[in-house]
Formats: sequence, structure tokens, C-alpha cells
Amino acid sequence: MMQNAKPLAEQTVGHHLARPVYQLRNVSKSYAFGKIRALDPVDLDLREGSFSSVIGPSGCGKSTLLKIMAGVTPPSGGSVILDGKPVLGARREIGMMYQQATLFPWMTVLDNVLLPISIRDGKAAAKARHNDAQALLELVGLKGFEKVYPRQLSGGMAQRTSICRMLITEPQVLLLDEPFSALDELARDFMNIELQRICLSQNATAFLITHSIPEAVLLSDDVYIMSPRPGTFLEVVRIELPRPRTLEMMTTATFGEYVRYIRSRLDEGGVTA
Amino acid sequence: MRSVDAEMAPQGLGRPITVEQGSFPETVWSEQVAWIDKIPRVVAMAGLLLTVLLIWWAVHHFEIVSRIILPSPAEVGSDIILVGRNILTGNYMLAALWMTTKEVLWGFGFAIAIGFSLGVLVGETSFGERAVLPYLVAIDTMPKVAFAPLFLAWLGFGIASKVALAAFIATFPIVVGTAAGLHAADENARMLFRTLGASRWQTLVRMKIPTGLPQIFTGLKIGAVGVMAGAITAEFLGGGKGFGELIRVAASQLQTPRVFSLILYLSVLGFLLFWSVVLIERKLVFWHRASVTGVDDRR
Ligand SMILES: Nc1ncnc2c1ncn2[C@@H]1O[C@H](COP(=O)(O)OP(=O)(O)O)[C@@H](O)[C@H]1O
Ligand SMILES: [Mg+2]
Repeated sequence: MMQNAKPLAEQTVGHHLARPVYQLRNVSKSYAFGKIRALDPVDLDLREGSFSSVIGPSGCGKSTLLKIMAGVTPPSGGSVILDGKPVLGARREIGMMYQQATLFPWMTVLDNVLLPISIRDGKAAAKARHNDAQALLELVGLKGFEKVYPRQLSGGMAQRTSICRMLITEPQVLLLDEPFSALDELARDFMNIELQRICLSQNATAFLITHSIPEAVLLSDDVYIMSPRPGTFLEVVRIELPRPRTLEMMTTATFGEYVRYIRSRLDEGGVTA
Repeated sequence: MRSVDAEMAPQGLGRPITVEQGSFPETVWSEQVAWIDKIPRVVAMAGLLLTVLLIWWAVHHFEIVSRIILPSPAEVGSDIILVGRNILTGNYMLAALWMTTKEVLWGFGFAIAIGFSLGVLVGETSFGERAVLPYLVAIDTMPKVAFAPLFLAWLGFGIASKVALAAFIATFPIVVGTAAGLHAADENARMLFRTLGASRWQTLVRMKIPTGLPQIFTGLKIGAVGVMAGAITAEFLGGGKGFGELIRVAASQLQTPRVFSLILYLSVLGFLLFWSVVLIERKLVFWHRASVTGVDDRR
């Protein structure tokens, strides 16, 4: 048994030796001319192919951190480096997803998926990627829905479409702000497994904000625990469960221990459910 | 005491559903709908019209008000046919109707062009919102027909002054609708476009304007009503060769049946303009079905 567990654990440890993709040093943010401290200085290295989660109370600055990483909001201090180059605006390496699917109702599912290409490289380029978009939709089980308009999709289908829209640009880094928290639990479990499969197959580096401790444990190599506002990282929990993770693992004692530990650390940080 | 952690085989798995046997009364019931809400639409509308005509007829018949002020429905009916003949045979009334139509269309065209441009300026730029919008709101609160004499003095008694007043009245709702529409996009949509590195122009044309189309069309529909009011008011005050002038002359000669029938044909013009806007909206904003009356069917 022990001999069996060791090499599997090393699989995940491997990521911690990989090249850092994202590097954050002393990144902080305040709003309203310094009156609202949204994020206290944060240091972070995200290594290639790793999956990291942030968990913390509402309003502690998780979304703010993600927006800074995405180059959508400037930080008030510190440096954000992606792929060796400072982040000073939108970057092509990044794919993003939020709680809302944010599909545009006047575009078909296929056009919604192709939107990033059409914005960045023009309509002709988007047209040339038709087949890729179709393949992505097939991958998430939306074959045959290409010509459908978003209002005819369920919440889960809309979110799957938005996954395809994120993936069409073949991003190196996935920034995910509670992407499935509006879905019911069954759909959410399914989507999480899908997400893992995508990340593993593309060797993508993922950074996920979530409110769910089990979700964080299920998906992550590293779980960062954040303090209440102004948030900063309290500690990182390394999840040494083998890949690929399965839903069955959620019922194991080890999994339960991780969940219990993270919950207790969040409680100490002043977060109560 | 037993520890919770102690391994215990779970009980009660996979049981069939068993319920008590016996006879139960059927409890299918229907919701109460008042009889007045059950009347079919066509019947309800026709019934209402007939009732109004009946009251009208009674008021005329029993001379509750002077017959000069209120003609009978029959008099108005025959005059409607008379005016209809005149228009259909291409007589002077058709020329008048065409004149008013031209004023309305030109006025609406100018209102759309100016209103949309100002709306984009106000809705998209901080300068527009902070510097231009307060003036627009100030002018909008004035009774705009009061500007009519000014337009007549500046532009004369021809078509230009009518077009100007019509456009002037219709511009404001289009500005407001456009500006509100550009603000309708939510934070996520904006952030998505920012993460894609979209230019300001791309964000405006590919996201903000389409998102705001329902509000823009609300402005256009209010404008379509205003443009008619503007053209007719200008004709009342400035004469000319339009339908408003015909109405004014008929009223001054106490030809009340004629006034009524002219108003009816004028309202057909307004109706056609309004419905053209609605039909274009339905085609263009197919994902958002706005009710024509602005009142939805909930109660
Ligand atoms: N644009 C803004 N202006 C002012 N305060 C903001 C803004 N965005 C976020 N905040 C504040 O910063 C804090 C962190 O917000 P956020 O990053 O959205 O938290 P989280 O995602 O962890 O719930 C909150 O207290 C919020 O009120
Ligand atoms: Mg958030």
C-alpha cells in the first residue's frame, strides 16, 4: 500500500519543480484613494501545469487579485510577471471564466465561442477556426448546438459554452472566478471533472477561486487560504492526492482530512460559515 | 456511547416506496378567473368600441352637448368615407397627407441621427455625461413646443420649420434611450472584452450597442410618437400645406365631423410609423421580445 502511494504522490510533487508561469511579488490593491484596502501584499508563484485554488471569505479580495493577474485592473503596488514579462494590460496567454457564463444573446453558440478570435484577430480568422470551435463544443457535449442561441441553453450548457470560449484561444493560463458556483451540485461535479481533464490534456496552469472546500481539494495541487479583508495568503495546503482525481476520492478518509484541516484554518482566520 | 466514526453499515438503502392503502377523493381543482378576464380579445375590443359609440350616439341623440360641438357617429362615419375617397383618388388631401408624411420622416431621420450621436457621446464619454447631459436634461424639462415660434422665425413657414420642431421633440428620448442602452452592459461583459484586449470601438460596436438595443428602441418608439406631435403642432402654428393645416381650417369653420375624420387618418400615419419601428425592433432585437404596449401580461 505505502509503496503504491509514493510514486503517485510524486506525480503531483512534480509540478512544484516546473517553471514558474506566473510570479506575483508584493501585489496589493486599495480602492477609493487608499481608503478601502481590498488586498494586502500577496506573493505567489504558479508553476506550469499546476492547479491552484484560493479559498477565503467573501469580500477578501479574491476577485480583485484575479483581475490584477488578468491585467484588467492595475495593482496599487507590487509586480505581476507572466511568462517572464510584466503584466500591463490584457494578455493573450490568459483565458478567463466567471460565475456568469456571459454569453451574448445575439450570437449563436458557435459565434460566442469564436468571439475571442474575432475580437483579437478579426472575423476572417474566426471563420478559419470554425472547426476548432466545433471540436471544442463536441468535447463538452454540445455537439449539434452550434447554431442555437444562448437563451435556449440551460445554466450548465451556457457554462460549458463559456468554457469553450475560454479554450478557443488555447490559453496557457486559466483564471477561474467561481466558474461553477451558480450550478447545481450534480452539474458542478461533472464540470469539475471536465475541467481537470482539460487542464491535464493541455498542460494548462489553472488558478481557481472557489467557496467550496471539497471543490478546492478535489481539483488542486495547492490550496491557498486567504484571510478576511484586506485579504492576504495565510498559508498554502499541498494536496497530495494522485491524478487524475475522481469523484470517488471525495469519500476517502484522506480527502476528508484535507477538508477538515482547511475548514479549521479558515475558522481560525476569522471566517465562520 | 457510540463514536460517530465507528464503522456502521448504513441502514435503509434501496427500500421500495410503500404508502397506506385506502380511497382518497380526487383533488383536481381550477384557479378562479373573473368572467371579465375570460372574454376573448376580439370580442372585448369590439365590445368596448361599440359601447363608446353607443354612449357617443346617446350624447348626440339626447343633445346632452350641442350638436355643433359633437357630431353623430354616423356623420363622422360618412365624412371618413368622403375623406378616404379624396385621399384614394389622389386629390388635395393626399397631397396634404404626403406633406405631413415627409415632415414626419425627415424629422424622424434627423432625430435618429442627432439623438443617436448625442446618446453615444453622453453614454460613452465621461465628458458627455458630465458636461453635455446636464444641459440636455435642462432643455428636456422645458415644454418643447414653446420653441415652435422660434423655429418659424428662423426657418420660415415652409417644410423646414416643421421638420425642425418634429426632430427637436423626438431627439431627446432617443438620446436618453441610447445613453441608457450603452450603460446596460454588465460588469462581466465589460471585463470579458477587456481581457480580450478589445479596443474601445470594438467594445462599443460589438458589445455595448447590441446590448443596449432594447433601450435604444424604447427611445425610438417614444420619438416616433413625439415626431408626429411636433409636425402637427408646427403646422397648426405655421400653416403650410399639411394635414395639420386641414384640421385647423376645418375646426375654425366648425366642421367637427371633418376634424374627427382627419384625426383618424392622421393617426393611421402615426400608427404606421410606430409599427415600422416595432417591426424593425422585432427583426433586429430578436432575442428580446418587448411588448408593444409596454405592459406585460402579469397581473
Ligand atoms: N471597484 C471597486 N471599488 C471599490 N471597492 C471595491 C471595488 N471592487 C471591489 N471592492 C472592494 O474590495 C473588496 C474585495 O472585493 P472582491 O475582490 O470582489 O472580493 P471577493 O471576490 O473575495 O469576494 C470588497 O470589500 C469590495 O467591496
Ligand atoms: Mg469574488
